[in-house]
Amino acid sequence: MKLYEYEGRRLFELYNIPQARSGVASTPSEARAVAEKLSPPYVVKAQVLVGGRGKAGGIKFAETLEQVELVAKKILGMKIKGITVKKVLIVERVDIARELYLGYILNRSLRTIDLLASSIGGIDIEAVAREKPRALIKISIDPILGLQNFMVRRVFKHLNLDSSLFDDFKAIASSLYSLFVEYDCELAEINPLALTADNKLVAVDSKVIIDDNSLFRHPDMLQLKSERLAELSEIERKAKLLGLSYVKLNGNIGIIGNGAGLTMATMDLVSFYGGAPANFLDIGGGARRERVENALSLILEDPQVKVVLINILGGITKCDEVALGIVSALEKHDNKPVVVRMMGTREDEGKAILESRGIKVLESMDEAARVAVNLSKG
Amino acid sequence: MPILVNEDTRLLVQGITGREGSFHTKLMLDYGTKILAGVTPGKGGQKVHGIPVYDSVDEAIEKHPEINTSIVFVPAKFAYDAVLEAVNCGIELIVVITEHIPVHDSLKFIRYAKYRRSLIVGPNTPGVISPGLSKVGIMPGKVFKRGKIGLVSRSGTLTYEVANEISKSGLGISTSVGIGGDPVNGLDFIETAKFFLEDENTDALVIVGEIGGDAEERFASFIEKTGFEKPVVAYITGRTAPPGKRMGHAGAIISMGTGDAKSKIEALNNAGIQVAETVSSIPKILFNLLK
Repeated sequence: MKLYEYEGRRLFELYNIPQARSGVASTPSEARAVAEKLSPPYVVKAQVLVGGRGKAGGIKFAETLEQVELVAKKILGMKIKGITVKKVLIVERVDIARELYLGYILNRSLRTIDLLASSIGGIDIEAVAREKPRALIKISIDPILGLQNFMVRRVFKHLNLDSSLFDDFKAIASSLYSLFVEYDCELAEINPLALTADNKLVAVDSKVIIDDNSLFRHPDMLQLKSERLAELSEIERKAKLLGLSYVKLNGNIGIIGNGAGLTMATMDLVSFYGGAPANFLDIGGGARRERVENALSLILEDPQVKVVLINILGGITKCDEVALGIVSALEKHDNKPVVVRMMGTREDEGKAILESRGIKVLESMDEAARVAVNLSKG
Repeated sequence: MPILVNEDTRLLVQGITGREGSFHTKLMLDYGTKILAGVTPGKGGQKVHGIPVYDSVDEAIEKHPEINTSIVFVPAKFAYDAVLEAVNCGIELIVVITEHIPVHDSLKFIRYAKYRRSLIVGPNTPGVISPGLSKVGIMPGKVFKRGKIGLVSRSGTLTYEVANEISKSGLGISTSVGIGGDPVNGLDFIETAKFFLEDENTDALVIVGEIGGDAEERFASFIEKTGFEKPVVAYITGRTAPPGKRMGHAGAIISMGTGDAKSKIEALNNAGIQVAETVSSIPKILFNLLK
């Protein structure tokens, strides 16, 4: 789960990472009220979960309370990469002398935690890696040993900061590492980490991504997760509440499969035969009839869908349960063709159920994909 | 002798009294897997499908010193502790079926296993099967026919689909290893391929990859650097997946400019590995390479 900047800042506060004072608002007058408690000048920042908001006009300066209200009005409601801005953050402006980067990220290949630091910050870190790789230092941390002093010393030297700042830097690096580990982060970064004109280190932005699988041990994050539900489209929210893995796509062939890999392979095959998937929907392992019925109903209700392709390879999943689910969904929504390919556990029973309702079950996924593509073009 | 699991496999089931653990213990027994014991803390003394249950791994090993492999069905919240316990008791191979384990937990138990020289397969894996000899996993045994093709995959049901095509073609499988769908895995493509290279029962290798991470790219550069004396065919799923969206399990996401199917396919092609466009075309490519 990606955190908004203001949510990340709350975590930074919890870990005593120095940052300018700030507050969040969802209306222009609220923004003014927030600013009243801070000292000018201010920065007003759009709160969205996509990058590039500065370029899109989502970050603006303000000197007075009136200006805060005015720019908040401009930013709230604007669209950044298709997402409407619903909240703004008002921060006391920091007098920046230099911008650095400090972050921790999971290293999937080495199975470690990587400390990344750069003497150039404030911009996309991948751009730094591409264009000025020598600005970047990367240290792999053994997850059992954790962050060690020599690592901090190496990074500090690389960043070429005044030696009087060592203790402050070490405190920030250690705090961010603790946050990363204790909050089960996939990513925790400060970009930019600013060196101010009066020689202090201050976090000017936060980016934190928390592992969804860990939320059971972070009740505060579970709370945020449920708030996120409200931000989804209706069909995505429905799918999430039903516990289905669903992703909306642009085509007209609804895809349902069991297992992420097989479902993606089904999408790919539909494209291979010239069709366009309308969605990805994985019913997961061992789905019972209700789950299948819900999944199929959801897809049949999507006006963009012209035909549905169901591809099931039963291991834990039982084909007869799937068939019963399909039948009950079609009793309610019998308006679109449904193509089924099914094999594996209790395959014969499943086929019998579907064929007794006039639904032919296809043997191979290639054939099923071809049939679905043809129907989508008819 | 096939890799990882074979006729010498003597299995412990961790979480044997749970719904999944008990159900699959039955299926593995039916398949012929030699299961000696199960563990569920607090439930020692019971039997599940005739298999004795113990409170701890060391107790199980004390009674059944032949145990060399463990399969873990313990729920995600408690899986970390269960895997550490198995590693600590010196079990050589630990197959972690459990999905949704927090990735920081996996990082730590995988690292600890490296120190102690245990092998971990998974987490979030369908398991490992050497058809006809031993099944340590949840896969439907009947789609895996005995043969000489090694199979390594990141995703569950897709593995069954690929195995089914290979089995139907008459080629068959020597061992199928599900390395798991999570962002970090105990065994990766490269480590698994090294086992297959040494295995006289394996003539060719099929790699089933997907979007997310760079495991396929690293495998490609490993093949490019070392050469690989056995033919390799790859299949990558998620060609049509959009960036930034998690497609089902946690590992399958195109994020931060890396992990799309295109870069994986390019890397594999550049290493001289043929990438099948569809699952059903895999056997034909294998036949050509094995000619």
